[in-house]
Amino acid sequence: MTDASMQSPETGRHTISLTATDERTQKRARAEKRFRSYGLAAIGTGLFFLVVLFTSILSQGLPAFQRTVVSVDFTLTEPQRDEAEGTLFKTKAYSNLFVTQLSKELSERGISVDFDEAAIERLLGKVGGTIRSFYAENPGKLNEPIKFDLTASSRVDGYFKGRVSRDTIQDSRFLQKSDLDLVDALEEAGIIKQAFNWPFIIGADSGVDNPGGAGIGASVVGSFFMMVVVLGLSLPIGVAASIYLEEFAPQNKFTDLIEVNISNLAAVPSIVFGILGLAVFIQFMHLPQSAPLVGGLVLTLMTLPTIIISTRASLKAVPPSIRDAALGVGASKMQAVFHHVLPLAAPGILTGTIIGLAQALGETAPLLLIGMVGFVARGYPDGFLAGFTEPNSAMPAQIYTWAARADVGFYEKAWGGIIILLMFLLTMNIIAIILRRRFERRW
Amino acid sequence: MPILWLILIVSAVAAVGYVLGRARALQSAGGDSRNLHSLPSFYGANVTLKILVPAFGLLIAWLLVQPFFVNSQVSGMIPESAIKEGSSRSLVMAEVRRTAFGLDNAVAQGNLTESAASDAQVDVIDVTQRLKDAGQVVTSEITQPVLRAAQSYRAMSATGYAIMSVAVLAVAVIGAVIGWLQTNAEYRARNVVEQGVRVLLLAAASIAILTTVGIVLSLVFNTWEFFKLYPASDFFFGMTWAPSFSGRGGSSELGILPLLWGTLYISIVALLVAVPIGLFAAIYLSEYASPRLRSVAKPLLEVLAGIPTIVYGLFALLTVGPLLLDIFGDSGLGWMKAGTAVMTAGLVMGIMLIPFVSSLSDDIINAVPQAMRDGSYGLGATQSETIRQVVLPAALPGIVGAILLAASRAIGETMIVVLGAGAAARLSLNPFEAMTTVTAKIVSQLTGDADFASPEALVAFALGMTLFILTLGLNVFALYIVRKYREQYE
Amino acid sequence: MNDMTRVERAVDSKDIKINAKKVQVYYGATHAIKDVDVEIEDKTVTAFIGPSGCGKSTFLRCLNRMNDTIDICRVEGDILLDGEDIYDKRVDPVQLRAKVGMVFQKPNPFPKSIYDNVAYGPRIHGLARNKSELDEIVEKSLRRGAIWDEVKDRLDAPGTGLSGGQQQRLCIARAVATEPEVLLMDEPCSALDPIATAQVEELIDELRSRYSVVIVTHSMQQAARVSQKTAFFHLGNLVEFGETGQIFTNPVDPRTESYITGRIG
Repeated sequence: MTDASMQSPETGRHTISLTATDERTQKRARAEKRFRSYGLAAIGTGLFFLVVLFTSILSQGLPAFQRTVVSVDFTLTEPQRDEAEGTLFKTKAYSNLFVTQLSKELSERGISVDFDEAAIERLLGKVGGTIRSFYAENPGKLNEPIKFDLTASSRVDGYFKGRVSRDTIQDSRFLQKSDLDLVDALEEAGIIKQAFNWPFIIGADSGVDNPGGAGIGASVVGSFFMMVVVLGLSLPIGVAASIYLEEFAPQNKFTDLIEVNISNLAAVPSIVFGILGLAVFIQFMHLPQSAPLVGGLVLTLMTLPTIIISTRASLKAVPPSIRDAALGVGASKMQAVFHHVLPLAAPGILTGTIIGLAQALGETAPLLLIGMVGFVARGYPDGFLAGFTEPNSAMPAQIYTWAARADVGFYEKAWGGIIILLMFLLTMNIIAIILRRRFERRW
Repeated sequence: MPILWLILIVSAVAAVGYVLGRARALQSAGGDSRNLHSLPSFYGANVTLKILVPAFGLLIAWLLVQPFFVNSQVSGMIPESAIKEGSSRSLVMAEVRRTAFGLDNAVAQGNLTESAASDAQVDVIDVTQRLKDAGQVVTSEITQPVLRAAQSYRAMSATGYAIMSVAVLAVAVIGAVIGWLQTNAEYRARNVVEQGVRVLLLAAASIAILTTVGIVLSLVFNTWEFFKLYPASDFFFGMTWAPSFSGRGGSSELGILPLLWGTLYISIVALLVAVPIGLFAAIYLSEYASPRLRSVAKPLLEVLAGIPTIVYGLFALLTVGPLLLDIFGDSGLGWMKAGTAVMTAGLVMGIMLIPFVSSLSDDIINAVPQAMRDGSYGLGATQSETIRQVVLPAALPGIVGAILLAASRAIGETMIVVLGAGAAARLSLNPFEAMTTVTAKIVSQLTGDADFASPEALVAFALGMTLFILTLGLNVFALYIVRKYREQYE
Repeated sequence: MNDMTRVERAVDSKDIKINAKKVQVYYGATHAIKDVDVEIEDKTVTAFIGPSGCGKSTFLRCLNRMNDTIDICRVEGDILLDGEDIYDKRVDPVQLRAKVGMVFQKPNPFPKSIYDNVAYGPRIHGLARNKSELDEIVEKSLRRGAIWDEVKDRLDAPGTGLSGGQQQRLCIARAVATEPEVLLMDEPCSALDPIATAQVEELIDELRSRYSVVIVTHSMQQAARVSQKTAFFHLGNLVEFGETGQIFTNPVDPRTESYITGRIG
């Protein structure tokens, strides 16, 4: 034990120093590094895709929240009104008055540009009609200066946002090259400017050649009514089904059948649920087509498996000792579950439900099959109950409709719609995370 | 909405029943709830259940059965002569129903008086004009038999709903009386109510089975209809997909093979993107990453899974497609003609599947016991040697299961291919060509103008059937593998 | 304690294989090993005994740096293998573990064939130049693991299909296949039945002729049967270290005495 010599033992093993790495070890260390870098590269690639996705959403979607407005001070005297009403083409007369007033305003600011009433119509749409209906509704506003905020057409909007340039533009009935001189002049005069696009957020879908007027508001309402149906049906049914399976179900063939069905339904493609909705709810039960009620029913069937799976996990997480304690004081099994287990599992159930709802909110394919396409979202429903049965669209279906239209102006709207949709999803997920953080219990 | 009123009235009866049942129980116990078998609220709940369950059960059953009954009755009234060449009884019945709804709406809007709407002698042309004025969709000129049928359809429906309201209310009241009579101090209300709730819970759980049955029935029934109009062998083995747009012409070629090929090709491209990236990300996250990196990177990657597929569809159509076109298009390598192609859809679908593959693989890699790793480290293996030669082989069945689940996702994915893959069905090997898939064609065949009874629309159900069987098979197989794998290490 | 005399005591002094000085181990804020000094000789079986949670397994895992795989674990002090500090920055733990092999508490064969289990180490370390050399190493290792006769006809069968005792001997064969100089054994018999335990103990005694063996054990009888040197750990401290016979018959520290007579533990 005193001899601590470093000589090799007589077995003939030659001892290599630990600190001296041989070639093979170096090779293996390099292989290790390489392998590790593959992993890092994979994560990097995934995150890179995420960044690209969000960059393109934001860069292409944010302009949808800006619109180009022409704001003009306009005064209509009573004699002018009477004269215009006396002509054959009344709106044209109003347009002419507007053109006169606009050129006067421009020349006052020392800007001279030639334009006619047709150019104004290409820029701003049917101005005459807008003015005429305004004064028809507010006759008291005659003789005093009124500020009109008129939305510019989507091509003019595109010119401001860089989508349309002098080089790329082709003369059409929508916009001509010469119109851009007028736009530049209006900009110099400070008459045309960018403003927040409220009509996009609260408006309804427009016709196929009017991307500027399209709004997502009506389909947000459609989505809302669908979510009411989904929440109202899938939460009680999902919780009831989970309680049965987790707490009461006997071990038998029927229970197995239910379990197998739930796990398989969770993986059935969403489009198949659309086919189910079309065949059962519309063809068989004759429920109204394109109605949020039907959309909600389809999405309920689709989200139920998700909600059941997460609810069962929350119920399972409540320790058996709680049930034993309740049974021990003479509560029935039903009372133990409803008085003790369910309240303790509630935060988890809610979190799962919100995540299921978020999933349902973004679902598109089944809605297309039951007719909830974007162009039916032309207006708001007449009342709360009508909201369930009147034809409407939903956010993702509206986005799809815009994406499928030929006019490029709708693409901006589609990206903008995605931002709104993602904001809803983000809010729901944040609520779910907060609920989980706040009420999660570790047993 | 009379049904809404009916529901409200029955609910009100139930509420009253609750109060009365509770009061009667207390009274029978001499006002002392300790003499009761169960808590007073159970007696109330007993009465409520006896009102609600049969009444609503009858309501739902009636609503399901009545349209059937009325349909078959009215259908029998249409004379053979009223069915035009090339049409069928079911098409005429659809017309009848549309007319009936149109009449309802026109009356509601005041364009038509109730007496005019139900008058059998009314002038057909006048009614048609009035319906059009009321903004009701009337596909063709209404004929006399159709109008007759529509009028009796309305009449029978109205009578049916009236009888239904009476019946439902009667059932509710009978239930209330039975519940009320049962109520006395000895009655075991808690047991009865709990048994009832238990049955309701079971009913909720059975909805999963009903859904599956609904899916299978709606697919099988319509697929059967389709195969009556179009030979099954042509569908399964046809090499061309060319539906005619004219309506019910016999000129459509509806072969599924080009669609299956497109589906498969896009899924393969997607898996080629998602599997290596997802798997390596999972390996790095579970074996190498520091807890801090893991806590940041894992949720960030999972954000990709929470994004709706419509967003990916738009991303494919407007960002990835043009980008690929710049590189592989005429201005670049010249392989690509348009932005929509197998590559575009496959790439974007791959991105969508990354978190799916990575989180499943992560779970599976973590299920490999630490002892296995220790054994390898103890022999002087490096971490990568341990992963490649011990952990991955041990996790292989689970990972195969995860990949199969991802494949089933890819096959069933709709929005990305609808927007990103193009619309042309072709059998080609070039990944830069536009192709189409089963799901995309289901959407286009069912959202077009084709009549639901035409083979062009019905083919969508046959496609759906194929898709359902394909994904179901993959899922069942994959879940089986994963379960077996988990049992091995438990 | 009669069987103690059965073990032939090695009285001649041997080379010191591992020399640990003032070793401290921390798990996060917990001080798991306090100031341990120990010298482990070549060609000797050294047993670590002590009650559960005393740190004997932790200390064992420090000797081939298996604790590196645990993030929160921190080791201070010097552990010298043949005079070289194994915690030196330049030391590759992979190379170290090839020299200091390990056998674990629960048999952990890889889900591969018996042959591949044993060949795994030689393959990754490149010990064989060709298939026949590898075959030779596998056979030699399985013989040293005293399991060759039982498995020679089914080398392609999965290692996980063997019985518990066979699995553990397979793991030992796997460990010796890399030609280690030290063999660490972490309660190698705790998951085995008495017959398998006897076989493994016999094997350990044979291994002594070629390797320095360190064994952690719960069973004092086992320590007495197989080891020449015994270290007694208690609450992270090395209480006593010496000849096995002396520790069991004439312990110096009262705590050791309490433990071996069954009053603590």
